[in-house]
Amino acid sequence: MSRILSVLKKEFIQMRRDRLTFALVFMMPLIQLLLFGYAIQTEVKHIPTIVFDQSLTNESRELLASFSASGYFDVIKTAKNYAEVNQAIAVANSIGLLKSQEILAQKVQFQGPPYDIRVRPWYNPDGITAYFMVPAILGIIVTMTMVIITAVAIVRERERGTLEQLLVTPIKPYELMIGKILPYIALGYIQITVALVVAVTVFDVPIKGSLLELYLLTLFFITASLGLGIFISNIAKTQMQAFQMSFFVMLPSILLSGFMFPRDAMPQFIYYLSAFIPLTYYLDIIRGIILKGIGFQYLVGQVTALLVFSIVLLIVSTLKFKKKIV
Amino acid sequence: MDYAISVHDLTKVFGSFTAVDRLSLNIKPGEICGFLGPNGAGKTTAIRMLCGILTPTSGFGQILGYDLIKESEKIKPHIGYMSQKFSLYDDLTVEENLSFYAGLYSLPNSERKNRIKEMITMAQLTSREDEVVANLSGGWKQRLALGCAIIGRPSIVFLDEPTSGVSPTSRRDFFTIIQKLANQGTTVIVTTHFMDEAERCNRIAFISAGQLLAMDTPDNLKQSAVEGFMVELDLPQAIDQIDRIEQQLYVRECSLHGPLLHVLLDNESNVKELEELVGKSARPITPTLEDVFIALAKKKRKQVVR
Repeated sequence: MSRILSVLKKEFIQMRRDRLTFALVFMMPLIQLLLFGYAIQTEVKHIPTIVFDQSLTNESRELLASFSASGYFDVIKTAKNYAEVNQAIAVANSIGLLKSQEILAQKVQFQGPPYDIRVRPWYNPDGITAYFMVPAILGIIVTMTMVIITAVAIVRERERGTLEQLLVTPIKPYELMIGKILPYIALGYIQITVALVVAVTVFDVPIKGSLLELYLLTLFFITASLGLGIFISNIAKTQMQAFQMSFFVMLPSILLSGFMFPRDAMPQFIYYLSAFIPLTYYLDIIRGIILKGIGFQYLVGQVTALLVFSIVLLIVSTLKFKKKIV
Repeated sequence: MDYAISVHDLTKVFGSFTAVDRLSLNIKPGEICGFLGPNGAGKTTAIRMLCGILTPTSGFGQILGYDLIKESEKIKPHIGYMSQKFSLYDDLTVEENLSFYAGLYSLPNSERKNRIKEMITMAQLTSREDEVVANLSGGWKQRLALGCAIIGRPSIVFLDEPTSGVSPTSRRDFFTIIQKLANQGTTVIVTTHFMDEAERCNRIAFISAGQLLAMDTPDNLKQSAVEGFMVELDLPQAIDQIDRIEQQLYVRECSLHGPLLHVLLDNESNVKELEELVGKSARPITPTLEDVFIALAKKKRKQVVR
């Protein structure tokens, strides 16, 4: 116990004095969220549109005006005949085409649209991308920080020669692991808190579910990410290698976890591959709690997966860590 | 338990390179044992095996009565180790480093404070407790590293080239501390390639190319390891004379020691012949440890050639 406490204390002191860690924990959520939260827009707005108005009446002008006022269509050209329309589509600088004649014809016939189709994203009725993306970015930030920081944690001691010194002391591998991991869990929570504050204050993301539930379930995601990092730390020989391996892990996390593209649309092989990424499960958890406000009972599967990840990675890493110089 | 360290035929092979070759040692408690040898002789490898952080390829032994191979974790609470790199945490202060190792060796809370203070006094770091290690110079780091290694009151301390890159004054101070430790009953294993440090050891183990060439007290080594009669010559341009002197049949060895030449003769009667050859008087001397080392290394080379 005294040994775990010693490592804990040492790690906290080092963490506090290391500017990089500070930057990673506080600046990364701020900058990344602001940058990506605004940049990533999956709603399609300002579609360049060509209008071919064949009726040229008051009604058609009114209709066109209401379309352009919606913000979704930008009328960039008014075509005079079909040839112009076809050419514009061929050079592909327009993707929307309103054939006002047909719309008007329908309007005249039925005195209103014949039917009413409304697509409404159920948990995000206004289709605001930030609501959907910000929680996901939060997950990416946390996993990225946790993996990189811990990946470097043991390798750095190896490079500086302090690991050799530790090997000669009576410390046990599990004591070293616990002492190294606990401070980073605290770090993960600080980071999540910073990110959530940004999400709520800057992006007005509504948190529908329970914050307490979110914090509790986040624990498993943090430990899974730490496990991944510690595992890398055990294999990597230099800090450089540790960084490279971290990036090797991060890219699939971003692309395959469902952060960018829905998993359901992925080829089967990739779909199953993405089951081996902790972020995949956390996205369900954090989007579920923040956007849908769902309870733990709907997230048991995801939590179990993260728990299995954490346990396997941490146990394998502890067993793999030998108190010997190779 | 008669010996603090007792190992037999310890061997470590890395690929096709034998770093340590059948090393056998018996070291008594409270002894200062110096491992002397050129760089790459296998001293560090030997120490790492004795500490239990490197598994020997073959051989067996006991450290403090525990089996070196099967009980290496039981040995660790009782040993201290200081590597040539002074592996301290640069971003921690003097006191934080000591407190970290005090915790690793599970020092009871009640005595922890006192023990840390003791180590700070021993390392002559009083009033620098709150200084970050990165700001300390070599000699201070070295003494602090020693403090971290012995804070848990080990029975054996292993010091791997503790005095490399440290000023001569610091080196002398450091050896005084080591001698105090040994007086209190701590066994000290220290590697060095400084002859003056070797002189201060109770026994010296000469290691070259992974093999233990001789192990004895400095005095005995000087008496027995060098066969022949040693004289000292003070000649102008001594270095140019070595070849001519070595060609003489009665000369076994001729080497430069600073500005002086050490010449090893077959026996005392050759002194006159040598004096006639160089036209200066030769002064009989007891061989230094350096002479011993040269003689032993040469003997070894001849064995290899045969």
